[in-house]
Amino acid sequence: MPTPDPATQLEMYRRMLRIRRFDETVKTLFDRGRIPGSVHLSIGQEAEVVGACMALRRDDTMVGNHRSHGHPIGKGAALGPLLAEILGKATGVNGGKGGSMHLADFSVGSLGESSIVGSGLPVAVGAALGAKMQGSDRVCLCFFGDGASNEGYFHEALNMASAWQVPVVFLCENNGYGVTTAFGRISRVPDVAARAAAYGIPGQIVDGQDALAVHAAVGQAVQRARDGAGPSLIEAKTYRYPHHSEGPLYDAIAYRDASELAAWQARDPLPLFARHLEDTGIADAATLTGIEQAIAAEVAAALEFAQQSPWPDPAEAHRGLYRTPIAGFDHA
Amino acid sequence: MRELTFLEAIREAQEQEMARDPRVFILGEDVSFNVYGSTGGLADRFGLERVRDTPISESGFTGVAIGAALVGMRPIVDFTIASFMYLAMDQLVSMAAKTAYMYGGQAHVPAVFRAALFYNGGLAAQHSDRNYAMFMQVPGLKIAVPSCPYDAKGLLKTAVRDDDPVLMFEDGALWGSRGEVPQDDYLIPFGQAAVRREGSDVTVVAIGSRVREALTAADTLAREGISLEVIDPRTLVPLDRPTILESVAKTGRALVVDVGHKSCGVAGEILATIAEDGFWSLRAPLRRLTAPDMQIPFSPALEKGFYPDAAQIVDAARRLLRE
Repeated sequence: MPTPDPATQLEMYRRMLRIRRFDETVKTLFDRGRIPGSVHLSIGQEAEVVGACMALRRDDTMVGNHRSHGHPIGKGAALGPLLAEILGKATGVNGGKGGSMHLADFSVGSLGESSIVGSGLPVAVGAALGAKMQGSDRVCLCFFGDGASNEGYFHEALNMASAWQVPVVFLCENNGYGVTTAFGRISRVPDVAARAAAYGIPGQIVDGQDALAVHAAVGQAVQRARDGAGPSLIEAKTYRYPHHSEGPLYDAIAYRDASELAAWQARDPLPLFARHLEDTGIADAATLTGIEQAIAAEVAAALEFAQQSPWPDPAEAHRGLYRTPIAGFDHA
Repeated sequence: MRELTFLEAIREAQEQEMARDPRVFILGEDVSFNVYGSTGGLADRFGLERVRDTPISESGFTGVAIGAALVGMRPIVDFTIASFMYLAMDQLVSMAAKTAYMYGGQAHVPAVFRAALFYNGGLAAQHSDRNYAMFMQVPGLKIAVPSCPYDAKGLLKTAVRDDDPVLMFEDGALWGSRGEVPQDDYLIPFGQAAVRREGSDVTVVAIGSRVREALTAADTLAREGISLEVIDPRTLVPLDRPTILESVAKTGRALVVDVGHKSCGVAGEILATIAEDGFWSLRAPLRRLTAPDMQIPFSPALEKGFYPDAAQIVDAARRLLRE
C-alpha cells in the first residue's frame, strides 16, 4: 500500500482527534450522570480505528462491538447524531433505541455494534458474503477485541470466511485485557494473529499505535479481499487507557500496573502522529493547532446538538419491532 | 388437484422463491445433497453459491444469514433439527430478533429459519425438541407452524417475502403427509388462523400436527352428537387471537392441544388470552393437552403417550361437556 497523500494523512489526524475528544466528552457526561447504562471508551486506540477505517471505501461495510464509538467516526460519521444516541435522544442515529453499545450509522456503512462479545464476527462474514453474491466488490471490516478471539464465534467465522473466500477483514483490537483478565493468562499462544494459520489465511501483527502501519496492513488486506483472494486476520496491538467501562467498579482492582499504562501513554497515537506530520512537513504547529481548534468546535457543536435535542416520544418505545407490521403492535 | 407431500411443498416453495428473487438463498448443513429431502434439485438449478452447504457451525451460519440479510439478501437457513437452534440461540435472540429495533429502523433482518421437529421417533432427549414456545418469549421474531402441505408452501413463501426474521417449525410427523397443493404462487398471510372444522360445543385450538388429531377426534365425537370446532392458528407470532376468542364466544369451552411442554407453553398462552378476554363466555374450565414437562426418553416404550392424540382429545372434550 502506498503511503496516503498528505491530505489523507491530515484527515486521519482529524478523525483520531475527533474520536479522542468525542470519548473525552462522553466520559465527562457519564461522570456527571448524564448517560444511562454503561460506556466503553476507546481512548488510546484511535490509531488502529482510524488507520483501519480509512483503508475502506465509503460503500464498504463494517461491524463493531461494545467499544465502538470510534468506529463510525473513523468511517466518517457525523458526531451529533452519535452523541445524541449515547444520551438517548430522539435525534440519535438509532432514535434512542440502541445507545452507546449499539451505535449504527448505515449511511457510512456501519452495520451496527453488538455488545455480545464475538457475535459480530459471523455477521461480518454474512455482510461480506452478501456483497460477493450481489456481484459487488464491497468489503466488510470486522472489529473485535482480544476477548472475542476466545469465543467460539471466532473459529466459526474465520473458518467459514476462509472456506468460502469471503471478502472480509478481521481486525483484532488487542488491548491486552478482556475486562480485567490479561490475554496472556487465558491463552497459551501470545498472539491472536498466529491463529490465522489454522484457517489458511494471512495473519499479521501490526503496531496499533501507528495509524499508518495499520492503514497499510488493513489496506493490503482490503485489496486482497476486493480482488477475490479472501479474508485476512490482522492483530493491532494497542491499549485502552480507561478501564473496561466507566464508573468506580474497576478503580479499586489492581489488574494492571500504573507503569504499564504509562509506557503505553508514552506512545500515545495522537502525539506520535502529530510528530510524524511535522517531521514529514505535512503540517506545521500552526496547522495542528488549527485542527485542534476545529475539532474542539465540532465536538462542542455535537454536544450542543445532542443536549438540545428532544427526548424520544415514549410511544416510540412501542414502535419499530417489526418491519412488516403485525396486529397488536404499533408501528411507525 | 395435484397432491404433494409436506416436504415436497416446502421444496417447491423454496424453488419458486429462489426463481422469483435472486436475493433468496439457502444456507445449512448438507443442503446441496438434499439429505433431508427439502432441497432436491435446487443445487443443480441454482448452483452451490445459492444452495450453500455450511460447516457444522450453527451460531456461525445463523450470524452469516443475518449479516447477508443486513446488506439486502434474503437467506433461508435450514437448521435441520429444531434442537440445533440452541447452538444458535445467541444469534437468534441477540441479533436476529433485536436488530431492527435496536438500530432504530436503520436495518431489518429478512431471514427465514426452518426447523424440523422430530419428536416421537426414538431420537431421545437432544433431538426431539418442540421448542417454538421458547421463541414466543422473544419479541421481534415471527413464528409459523404449518399443519398441512398447502399451508407449508403458502406460509414459507410469505416468510421469505416478509421483512422480519421468521422461524418456521416443520412438524416431522407431517413431512410425509400428502395434501392438495396448487402449483401456482400463493401466499398465506401471517396472523390468520384457519377454522379447520366448524362446531358448536368445544373449541379445540391445535398446533401443527395436532390439527390432524383434533380433526380425527372431531369425527369420533360427531357420532356421539358432540361438535368440535377445530382452529389452527398457523402462526404463533402473530397469533390470531380474535378468531380464537370468537370461537370460544360461540362454544363456551376451550381445549388447546400442543406437542410442546406444558409450562409457559403455547397452550398456556392461548388459554391466558381466553381467560383475559373471553372469560364471560366460558361454560367450563379451560383445558390443555400437552407433552409433560419431562425430557424425551429414548425407548419407544417410554416415549409412547408423551404427546396428546385423538383419543386424549376425545376424552378431554367429553369431560369438558360434563363440567
